[in-house]
Amino acid sequence: MSYDDLAYFAQTWGLIYLMVIFFAVVVYAFLPANKKRFDRAARQPLEKDDRPWR
Amino acid sequence: MSQSETLFGFIGLGGLALVSLVTVAISHDHLMAIHGGMFFAAALLGTVALITYATRRKPISPESLEYNDEVTRAGILIALFWGIVGFAVGDWLAWQLTYPALNFDLPWTNFGRLRPVHTSAVIFGFGGNALIATSFYVVQRTSKARLAGTLAPWFVLLGFNLFCIIAATGYLLGITQSREYAEPEWYADIWLVVVWVTYFIVYMKTLARRAEPHIYVANWYYLAFIVVVAMLHIVNALAVPIALGATKSYGLFSGVQDAMTQWWYGHNAVGFFLTAGFLGMMYYFLPKSVDRPIYSYRLGIIGFWGITFMYLWVGSHHLHYTALPDWVQTLGMTFSIVLLVPSWSAMINGVMTLNGAWDKLRTDPSIRFLLAAVAFYGLSTFEGSFMAIKAVNSLSHYTDWTVGHVHGGALGWLGLITFGTIYTLVPWLWKRPGMYSSRMVAWHFWLGLAGVVIYLTSMWNSGITQALMWRTYDEAGYFDYSFIDSVVAMHPYYFARALGGLLYLLGALIGAYNVWRTIKSGMVETELPKAQPEPVR
Repeated sequence: MSYDDLAYFAQTWGLIYLMVIFFAVVVYAFLPANKKRFDRAARQPLEKDDRPWR
Repeated sequence: MSQSETLFGFIGLGGLALVSLVTVAISHDHLMAIHGGMFFAAALLGTVALITYATRRKPISPESLEYNDEVTRAGILIALFWGIVGFAVGDWLAWQLTYPALNFDLPWTNFGRLRPVHTSAVIFGFGGNALIATSFYVVQRTSKARLAGTLAPWFVLLGFNLFCIIAATGYLLGITQSREYAEPEWYADIWLVVVWVTYFIVYMKTLARRAEPHIYVANWYYLAFIVVVAMLHIVNALAVPIALGATKSYGLFSGVQDAMTQWWYGHNAVGFFLTAGFLGMMYYFLPKSVDRPIYSYRLGIIGFWGITFMYLWVGSHHLHYTALPDWVQTLGMTFSIVLLVPSWSAMINGVMTLNGAWDKLRTDPSIRFLLAAVAFYGLSTFEGSFMAIKAVNSLSHYTDWTVGHVHGGALGWLGLITFGTIYTLVPWLWKRPGMYSSRMVAWHFWLGLAGVVIYLTSMWNSGITQALMWRTYDEAGYFDYSFIDSVVAMHPYYFARALGGLLYLLGALIGAYNVWRTIKSGMVETELPKAQPEPVR
């Protein structure tokens, strides 16, 4: 594999890879099914926390 | 503490003692003999501590189920110690740059040896200990589970500090592998891998037994910090020692590959040590201390993946206009600019969480620290993206502007967020109604803020002055100024910088005294009712 092949790979597939990851993250974050879980998670640190459960 | 953990501890310490004795025996140079001896002393001290700990400690029964905060308490105090060492050495260096005679003409106290003591003490000693301590606190609370192991968390904290001591004493003795922010030699690097892998295991095992279905986002940031630092450290530290008993080693890479590896490590140390870890701190302690949920949890998630994936590509912006291929430089520049989006999303998330609780800024000085830290985070990430642009970099690179930028992040962002967290956490950890003196907290805040602002403005001025003096030509194409002209021009700025650093150090000393008095004071928070109903799952 030459330097040019490697550079080409990084400049094309690298872009696609990052875009796919980005869209996957956005879908995960905004999926309506996850809303309840995230709302609950956001409040979680504010709960009483003087003892562990396990 | 379980029997097997104790046994494992004794075997480990015995092994360490043996290896360090052999190292002393085969040492090539007296430096290795000194460090081998220090490792041996650490193994002996560890054994004594383990015996005391194992014989005194009450076994934990399920009825006395409580969080393990002893490592966090120790870590916070150790972080304060290293912070003061780091700030003091840094300010000494600032005075050396103003009045060079202050290096006293000794090999141990010259700028080249003291500088890594300053950077390592602040980044690893102060920042690292604060991150280890708070991560253990946060992972337990957000998982509603006790920390995994009893001895392993102690090993992580103390082992990490042994690394810090080996690093700092090594620099003073003249041991360095000359990689920025990774100066310790190969044997210290191997030790750090052992410590760091244990840290990862403790963290994962605690998460694995969590009672919460969802892993709170602060843990993601802490985990990114742990995992990526392990990866960076191992690749960057690949080296072959000249002999098993020698301190000196040669890196596996050379030329531009070596430079790229160094800055891939270097900038991700900023991204994952100084950013991701401290964002974990912010995502827990900011909502907790103002008693409001984080403004947008989703933004926290998107920001997390943005920061994780983009930081990894920006290291090449440290190598603009070098032998590095042009497209790699452009890649680093582009990613640095895009990185502004997730960085600012974290800043906005922090500031908006305070929205509706602004009155707390007046009543609770520790929240001032958190807000100012988030503001400096926004400032530094904007400045960083801007400086990564090639045209800007051609002006800013190799000047004091870079030094100013780094300190905006270090003093402004990670220093203030850590102190804000310490002021929030210390009363919780030692069960006190509040800090010993909130006037002292306020004094620390204003001294610290004034120190950062003086530091930054003097470095911006000196950096741009340097840059312009170095690129001023006459009609014939000759430089208008010699290098020494620019050195002379720096003097007033260096004086101001040293003064700013002194203010910051004074603030930290007041902070340490305040923490000490809080712990020593007899005030005890009124006991909360003990009986708890069985939690509903």
